[in-house]
Amino acid sequence: MYKYDEIDQQIVDERVAQYRDQVRRYLAGELTEDEFRPLRLQNGLYIQRQAPMLRIAVPYGMLSSKQLRKLGDIAKKYDKGYGHFSTRQNLQLNWPKLEDTPDILAELATVEMHAIQTSGNCIRNITTDQFVGVAPDEVIDPRAMAEIIRQWSTFHPEFALLPRKFKIAVSGTKQDRAIVQAHDIGLEFYRDSNNKVAVKVWVGGGLGRTPILGSVIREHLDWQHALTYCEAIIRVYNLHGRRDNMYKARIKILTKALGINEFRNQVEAEWTHLKDNANTITEAELARVARHFEAMPYESLPDNDAGFDAAVASNPAFAAWVKRCVHAHKQPGYRAVTLSLKPHGSAPGDITSEQMWAVADLADQFSFGELRSSHEQNLILADVKQGDLFTLWEKARANGLATPNIGLLTDIICCPGGDFCSLANAKSIPIAKAIQMKFDDLDYLHDIGDIELNISGCMNACGHHHIGHIGILGVDKDGSEWYQVTIGGKQGNDASLGTVIGRAFSAEEMPGVVQKLIEVYVKERTPEERFIDTVRRLGVPPFKAHVYAKDEVTA
Amino acid sequence: MSNLIKIDNGTASIVNDDWTIVQLPATHVEERKQAGKVVLFKLTGESTVTEEQIANTVIPATGKIIVPLSVYVERNNELASRIAQGDVGVWFATHELIDYLIQEQHDLNALPIIAIFVERFADGRIFSLGTLLRTRYGFKNELRAFGDVLRDQLFFLKRSGFNSFLVRQDRSAADAVASLNDFSKPYQGAVDEPQPVFKRYNRGA
Repeated sequence: MYKYDEIDQQIVDERVAQYRDQVRRYLAGELTEDEFRPLRLQNGLYIQRQAPMLRIAVPYGMLSSKQLRKLGDIAKKYDKGYGHFSTRQNLQLNWPKLEDTPDILAELATVEMHAIQTSGNCIRNITTDQFVGVAPDEVIDPRAMAEIIRQWSTFHPEFALLPRKFKIAVSGTKQDRAIVQAHDIGLEFYRDSNNKVAVKVWVGGGLGRTPILGSVIREHLDWQHALTYCEAIIRVYNLHGRRDNMYKARIKILTKALGINEFRNQVEAEWTHLKDNANTITEAELARVARHFEAMPYESLPDNDAGFDAAVASNPAFAAWVKRCVHAHKQPGYRAVTLSLKPHGSAPGDITSEQMWAVADLADQFSFGELRSSHEQNLILADVKQGDLFTLWEKARANGLATPNIGLLTDIICCPGGDFCSLANAKSIPIAKAIQMKFDDLDYLHDIGDIELNISGCMNACGHHHIGHIGILGVDKDGSEWYQVTIGGKQGNDASLGTVIGRAFSAEEMPGVVQKLIEVYVKERTPEERFIDTVRRLGVPPFKAHVYAKDEVTA
Repeated sequence: MSNLIKIDNGTASIVNDDWTIVQLPATHVEERKQAGKVVLFKLTGESTVTEEQIANTVIPATGKIIVPLSVYVERNNELASRIAQGDVGVWFATHELIDYLIQEQHDLNALPIIAIFVERFADGRIFSLGTLLRTRYGFKNELRAFGDVLRDQLFFLKRSGFNSFLVRQDRSAADAVASLNDFSKPYQGAVDEPQPVFKRYNRGA
């Protein structure tokens, strides 16, 4: 993964000094609450219900064991001994003290980490596929470009105070796993007809209060121009995006208001001035950064390991884990492994300091000392030898990290919700826990098969509920918490937004509602169909009819 | 005590202000609301200055003046001789269009100073406006930020082409100066340093 040189290190060190002085000025009364807000937000610090929340950047989800160990130390020393992986692949601490945050950043800087632009109205963390670099269907490894974009966007002076937050995702696979269509800018890397690396540029996607899938603004862009083209897009947005109403300030509102064609015309006109300027990426720079992401020193292995096959055959629990948590790898004899942060009955994405240290050890022992976080809020060891899987499983299981539920109903994607977040209308974690407990039968879960359930505690949609096969949104009705259910949302190349099935439910009703949706699926499915396929084939009505059946009787 | 910071030949210092900023007279503006909230920002291109305000703007008889864009355009004849002497600059707000100025004054370098008024710290349009004035329109003279200008914008303003900063009156310009150098080796090319870091330094083979 990318290693800092003196220039990178100096920037994070100078940021710590700058932020430390901003906190000092705030505490000394030299900055008002309103003046401090944009400054602290651009360093990932929210003031929450109980305590501040600090969001630490994990650029495109890549972590070293050393970094994770330090995160475990920080959570222990400055927080309550745990952290929370978010849907933007970042790590959040829920209980730090404001006064401690400069010291936390100083500690992070020692392991080449920071909290720069993890919040606020600026370019946020760049995200990508958690199987980047190892996925068999990968065409381009976009990590070098992600790192180049990270550097370019860090303290970009022109885009320091945008109308609203701005999220960029990159992908380089046939099957999109980075939800490029749900980002302000999505950069889809591919090889063009001349076998050159090119970019398909998506713009104006986003979830939140007004969910919109992005539009293609440019089918083909040479990779060298990725930064200047982004500059053109963001300049048009910076100047013309709405600033009078924060709920209409995202770029998706501007692209919808102008129409994609007019927006494209404006961007292309701007780009004629920016094209080939000094920020154009050189072959040399791409090569320099790409060297940090070269393939691991893999051993030459057969693609099948006899010991592994025997263990799968003789141990059903191991076999169940392999089925759900072990993924194909482009290198023969290697597999990627997802460590589930979704044990039934706990907050999705939460991880204790002890678990962080344990995962760091596992990464050192089995996966070249590196790991990734995913937007599904799990951790991934990307380069594990097949012959090591059984030992890894035993150790992961001993640390509560081997729940075999990846991609299943209980692998719930969930925001922190009303327990922590001051924006939330409703709690989300207790809903997730209740559903997990209701479906605590692994055989049944495996029978239900691939399904994605997403929960957001408010319309800001941090839990990406619009693209969940089942989406649950917390809403406020007359001061009490209710939950609106959508079905038919999906991430990926054939992304879609879910459809609301009807009136909202109370928290107590939610596990039963999910149960009823599943019952319709189990009854109606063809042998090959996943939940989403059945929903797409049948539409909402049969699901709606079953869920609200009792209402109709009493009404 | 002056609150004006200027960068001259790469050195920032606090200097006396030679210019008087001419304000439009206050007007009774209708409070705009959306969903019960008072609207804080004006939209780009929104016309917010009335003919009456332009006509009633009091222009000092002597001295160097920075006049509102609308006054500069509408009362250009009246100011012609002072403009010719280089005693008139222009200011505009972040929602106003540079095009409006260009239509009146094709050669921006005839203006000794352009100032941009930022009503709120959070309004980042000022950075794009500065960048455009310097890179697209080739403006070479003094470019000033005033209004809600606080020390934590200064680094970004400098990188966006500003060389003159009128820090908000209730804050210390002397303290703010230090923030111009918050970062020594910024990553990306911008107005003050067009080359990105990967072209300025050898970052290893």
